Amino acid sequence: MADTQQAPAGDLLRVRNLRTTFHAHRSLVKAVRGVDLTVREGDFLAVVGESGSGKSVTMKSVMGLMPDNADVEADELTFCGRDMLAMSDEERRRMRGGEIAMIFQDPMTSLDPLRTIGKHLREVLKRHRGLTGAAADTEAVRVLGQVGIPSPEQRLSQYPHEFSGGMRQRVLIAMALCCQPKLLIADEPTTALDVTIQAQILDLLRRLRDEAGMSVVLISHDLGVVANVCNRVAVMYGGVIMETGTVDDIFLRPRHPYTRALLGAVPNPADRRHGRLVSIPGSAPSLVDPPDGCPFADRCTYTCDRCRQAMPAFIAYEGEQTARCVFTADELDRMDRTRRPAEDAASHDAKGDAR
Amino acid sequence: MAKYIARRLLIAIPLLLLISIIVFLLMRAAPYDAIDAMTTPKMSEETIAAIKAQYGYDQPVWVQYFAWLGGLLQGNFGYSIVTKSSIAEQLAVRIPNTILLVLPSYLVAYVTAIVLGLVAGSHRGSRLDHVIDGIASVLIAVPSFWLAMLLIFVFGYLLRALPIVGMQTVGDGSFVDVLRHYILPFVTLTIAFLPDNLRYVRSSTITQITQDYVMVQEAFGAKRAEIMFRHVCRNVLGPVLTRLGMALPMLVTGAIITETIFSWPGVGPYFMTAIKGMDYPIVMAILILSSTLVIIGNLLADVLNALADPRIRQGGAR
Repeated sequence: MADTQQAPAGDLLRVRNLRTTFHAHRSLVKAVRGVDLTVREGDFLAVVGESGSGKSVTMKSVMGLMPDNADVEADELTFCGRDMLAMSDEERRRMRGGEIAMIFQDPMTSLDPLRTIGKHLREVLKRHRGLTGAAADTEAVRVLGQVGIPSPEQRLSQYPHEFSGGMRQRVLIAMALCCQPKLLIADEPTTALDVTIQAQILDLLRRLRDEAGMSVVLISHDLGVVANVCNRVAVMYGGVIMETGTVDDIFLRPRHPYTRALLGAVPNPADRRHGRLVSIPGSAPSLVDPPDGCPFADRCTYTCDRCRQAMPAFIAYEGEQTARCVFTADELDRMDRTRRPAEDAASHDAKGDAR
Repeated sequence: MAKYIARRLLIAIPLLLLISIIVFLLMRAAPYDAIDAMTTPKMSEETIAAIKAQYGYDQPVWVQYFAWLGGLLQGNFGYSIVTKSSIAEQLAVRIPNTILLVLPSYLVAYVTAIVLGLVAGSHRGSRLDHVIDGIASVLIAVPSFWLAMLLIFVFGYLLRALPIVGMQTVGDGSFVDVLRHYILPFVTLTIAFLPDNLRYVRSSTITQITQDYVMVQEAFGAKRAEIMFRHVCRNVLGPVLTRLGMALPMLVTGAIITETIFSWPGVGPYFMTAIKGMDYPIVMAILILSSTLVIIGNLLADVLNALADPRIRQGGAR
């Protein structure tokens, strides 16, 4: 394909400086403020963040699924080396579902209640692969089997309401598989499902990444979900990416105060040092008039004047880990060491021995 | 499905009996009764008793009720107290006249409402939507009698373009003549039926368009037109179809005021005259007829709904 000198081989999706702004009631909501993302072939990338951090909007902007009142701008948006910014609406539409598919949070409402599962599948098979009639039926049955739906032949003629939530999410994944996409974006695919089903769906996604050879972007607010299935993680906050790295980087060597705070809020049976979970005080910043500086400054325990003056630049660490903070990880650790003993002494059950 | 309809029909029977009892008792409870209408204060006690006996008013209430109900079941609605004419015969002439007026105007309003509602709903917030929704909001606030008067004033008085009374000129039963009489009440009714349906279709389109499945279809590369026609339309039209069933009683009582204003020889003026003249048998007959149609209309609506929606269809079969 064209533009190979710009996109290194293996880069499926490259996003540079993506900005999405909503126009609402004469105010501007800057939901995404300059996001860089790269998805490589075979990647299982997690985009994590709390609600309102812009993770969903980022991926919907990439898909071209934003409503009319949203402006999407980017310095670069390429898929397989092709410039998506230069594409016509029609070309973008053909790409959706064909090369990039997306599934969503609530499988209960994601299917048209008046159409059978078979119709849903046949529709995408016809649109993206030109399959009709018996060929389409055979393929639909095969794909339903692949996502683990029992007796798929009978299921084809059933309506969405005859499926459980987990089964409907499998149907949606099957719809995505029908198109044989290179990239599947899963927007909180397990949030509406109970825990055992969650694990099954995530397993399925990981298996399909290996079998069908597609890359997956998983949008999630749940670090526990992410740790088990992903190989790379991007942490978002206030419309920007705070830290990126491999899953080991993020979970074992987090360099950004926000990532560290997030991990502090996840129950970890192996770590008995703190005893109780540490929540992050305050709430996410308003994106109507976002601060110039670090969006986390108001809730961060390491905040200094520099944080509020301008958006901190990324600091690169070994491997490909980057963190957007004015302090290096070493500086943060040093501040921790001088601060902790005093804090621990002040807390009600002084655990000075933990040092 | 057949079992479901049969069950619904069985449920309708006690309901109709209950309605007949209520209608009968309400009319009996009214201060002025049929005997008062047929007698004058000057008549002797014996004459009044004889009239009572002649019409069966000396019997106990329940005997009277069953006599009336028995008549209804045989298609005998009784006789007008005032004109002594058969109600069934009168209705047999008047109901077709009413249907001739209501059915075309309702269908025109219905189809227009669906088209405009889908257009407005799918372009929510656009100028087109504001115009359509604005017109519907104004029309919903316009009483049909006022609109009828306005039309009469403009087309009948100022322009002298159209006749304003009746269904045809005496001695002229030609098609063109009936058509000229038809226009004003037809326009009035169409405008009266339109805004309600239009707003319903529009809001139901907006509800459907904001559903997740629409975004999912978009994410799978469906064209906007495909989403509109294959998915949104079908989901909107299901509930809209049920309104058609609910509109069934309109065929008899849908145009009482408009018909009365234009002296259209339908059920409207007949009903109004009966109410004013305390002609109870007519009032009772029309009440029974329209409540029967309400029940049948609801059943029809439910059946249409079940046919359109598999969730209800299968719920009903179990």
